Amino acid sequence: MQAAVSPGPGIRLDLVLVPTLLALAAVIGVVEAARSPDPLMVIQAWTFLACLLGAGVWFMKRYGGGIPADEAGAYQNDVVKAGVIAAMFWGIAGMLVGVVIALQLAFPATFSFPDLPYFNFGRLRPLHTSAVIFAFGGNVLIATSFYVVQRTCKARLAGGAWPWFVFCGYQTFIVLAGTGYLLGITEGREYAEPEWYLDIWLTIVWVAYLLVFLGTIWKRKEPHIYVANWFYLAFIVTIALLHVVNNLSMPVSLLETKSFSAFSGVQDALTQWWYGHNAVGFFLTAGFLAIMYYFIPKRAERPVYSYRLSIVHFWTLIFIYIWAGPHHLHYTALPEWAQTLGMTFSVMLWMPSWGGMINGLMTLSGAWDKLRTDPVLRMLVVSVAFYGMATFEGPVMSVKAVNALSHYTDWTIGHVHSGALGWVGFVSFGALYCLVPWLWKRERLYSNTLVEWHFWVATIGIVFYITAMWVSGIMQGLMWRAYNDYGFLEYSFVETVQAMHPYYIIRAMGGFLYLSGALIMAYNLWRTIRGDVREAGAQQIATAPALAVQGAVS
Amino acid sequence: MNHGTLERHSLLLLVAILIVVSIGGLIEIAPLFYIGSTIEKVQGMRPYTPLELEGRNIYVREGCYLCHSQMIRPLRDEVERYGHYSLAAESMYDHPFQWGSKRTGPDLARVGGKYSDEWQRAHLADPRSVVPESVMPPYAFLEKTPLDYRNIADQLKANRAVGVPYTEADIANAKTDLEAQADPNSDGADAIVKRYPKAQVRDFDGNPKQVSEADALIAYLQMLGTLVDFSSYKADAPENKR
Repeated sequence: MQAAVSPGPGIRLDLVLVPTLLALAAVIGVVEAARSPDPLMVIQAWTFLACLLGAGVWFMKRYGGGIPADEAGAYQNDVVKAGVIAAMFWGIAGMLVGVVIALQLAFPATFSFPDLPYFNFGRLRPLHTSAVIFAFGGNVLIATSFYVVQRTCKARLAGGAWPWFVFCGYQTFIVLAGTGYLLGITEGREYAEPEWYLDIWLTIVWVAYLLVFLGTIWKRKEPHIYVANWFYLAFIVTIALLHVVNNLSMPVSLLETKSFSAFSGVQDALTQWWYGHNAVGFFLTAGFLAIMYYFIPKRAERPVYSYRLSIVHFWTLIFIYIWAGPHHLHYTALPEWAQTLGMTFSVMLWMPSWGGMINGLMTLSGAWDKLRTDPVLRMLVVSVAFYGMATFEGPVMSVKAVNALSHYTDWTIGHVHSGALGWVGFVSFGALYCLVPWLWKRERLYSNTLVEWHFWVATIGIVFYITAMWVSGIMQGLMWRAYNDYGFLEYSFVETVQAMHPYYIIRAMGGFLYLSGALIMAYNLWRTIRGDVREAGAQQIATAPALAVQGAVS
Repeated sequence: MNHGTLERHSLLLLVAILIVVSIGGLIEIAPLFYIGSTIEKVQGMRPYTPLELEGRNIYVREGCYLCHSQMIRPLRDEVERYGHYSLAAESMYDHPFQWGSKRTGPDLARVGGKYSDEWQRAHLADPRSVVPESVMPPYAFLEKTPLDYRNIADQLKANRAVGVPYTEADIANAKTDLEAQADPNSDGADAIVKRYPKAQVRDFDGNPKQVSEADALIAYLQMLGTLVDFSSYKADAPENKR
């Protein structure tokens, strides 16, 4: 790997700037570690320095002996491979924490720590959400976007070492955010918990990400920018906008972890849910729709169903999504006009969402038979079906009359998970199942039977999860508002908590099944990367010689 | 211009995306900062005392907002269960807001004064000792952990920088105010009530030897929803119509 090619004329700017940036960050880390009176900041600073050291050693290994040979290749694949492995790792970690907190709600006395602050539900829950959304989902998005933009532009990833900075910088963000939650460092804003200094770090990483992505588009040999890249671009720039505005805050001092939000009360609430809902809209939807627009046509070997629908879908989706935030604040102290606007646009959002679903599903035209034989394609297609289901349920729940019942209950949790497990999870798994053989140049996956197992175990897990949450959510909503014959409230609050118990157990089981599916997948991918093949069959025998040759090469 | 132009020019596409995604946010959020009726006119709202602010920090730190809302909706059952529906004015000094999105446990917007300090203490240390069906985690470490308030004056300053009307005197006395609120026999007990009307001064955690995290958190819980004077609040007054 270290065989150096002759360096081009002059100095490569990226090989100056990336180490400079890392060194600058290390200086700030050292200052914080040495000078901060805040013990939590000191821990974070040392963690940061350890991450930077890891990144630095890695850079030295890669570039110390000259420019590595693979930099002359047509595509940058190694950073995508790293992203795939990171996604798998964080996915399992995040789902595991999810199962733990589900068990904490089901069996609070067993899974509690009276004298330890670190592992209580309130600190683990942000760890779960951030790990699955930003660590798993984020790595899937970064890896797939780096893969897709190169193929659709017929150009190598721009920026030389910068994609590696994006990868390492993003993992650093994840490690600091996650350990920070356990230590009790949080801004107290859902899905935007990391404190001010990490927000700044993520902004730097994100700008580098945008520039790498745009730079690759600028190098493209195709005149047109492919539809998947519109979605990736919308995801990257909108997340940047949301992240910066929502995290505006005033630190207690530059040496302290704690900060106070720039906004307060009602303005803060709407800013947060403008961010929160569009983290769903742009991180968990637009980004993963980009995956749909590349991987489904590729896997089904059919063109995207409708070019015109792609255009309409794209612009209406990004225009309407941004308005939907206030539906998280129905009947609150948010002025009613804002609630009404939020509800109206949320209902309208149904149409572009289903436009996208139709475009994805109809891409299968003429290739429906492949659903029987290709479990990976089935996973991708079922994810789109879940997308359709969740994007129908969402508008329903955004109607104020429905929301009066559903808000504050588990129904919301069920809704989120039908989107997160069914749509985001499955489309990611499908993409990873595609990517691993493509990247590691394997003829096929280690085992298609294990993909079948993953598919069914995970699907049953989702069904357990969301039905349990529907029942418990609607039941709790109804119990809260139930009156007896004398006109008094029928149930005390704690009776409604007690009624949740069986559903919390079913939910934990569902989550456990889903985690098991992910473990099956990790095993399958690991064996695929090693170059193993499991089932012997007519098709496998035919490809066996090719595999043997490949094994010898790699 | 047809769509092909956008597909061939990445910067045009980028700018178009930015314009399209900015419209909704601008129209919905920006007016909240200048439409006067967004926040009702009420009597009684004041910034948090230093001890309450520290308690609030612990509330945020432990992620209480993930299971408890602080936003009573104007629905019959909620008003009967929790009290008057929440006003925007009641969270006007909340950086960040803690309205929450889930009620695994009950709403806390008006929990202040509903239970005794002793109940709060027992409930925090072991929720199932007072509510057997509860699924809340135990927080026994709070009363054993001394409160770290070395930077309380800087915290008040940071809050002032984002719009909370702390005075110079509030900031200068932040530390003594904090200690005085947890110690009813101290000299500063009168001064704090003067500076922060309705401030409750007592030893919240029952241990006079130290100001613990439980002191701060209980002080915060006991003031929640107690500030606004609803006898003088007119929901139908034109300035409160929203």
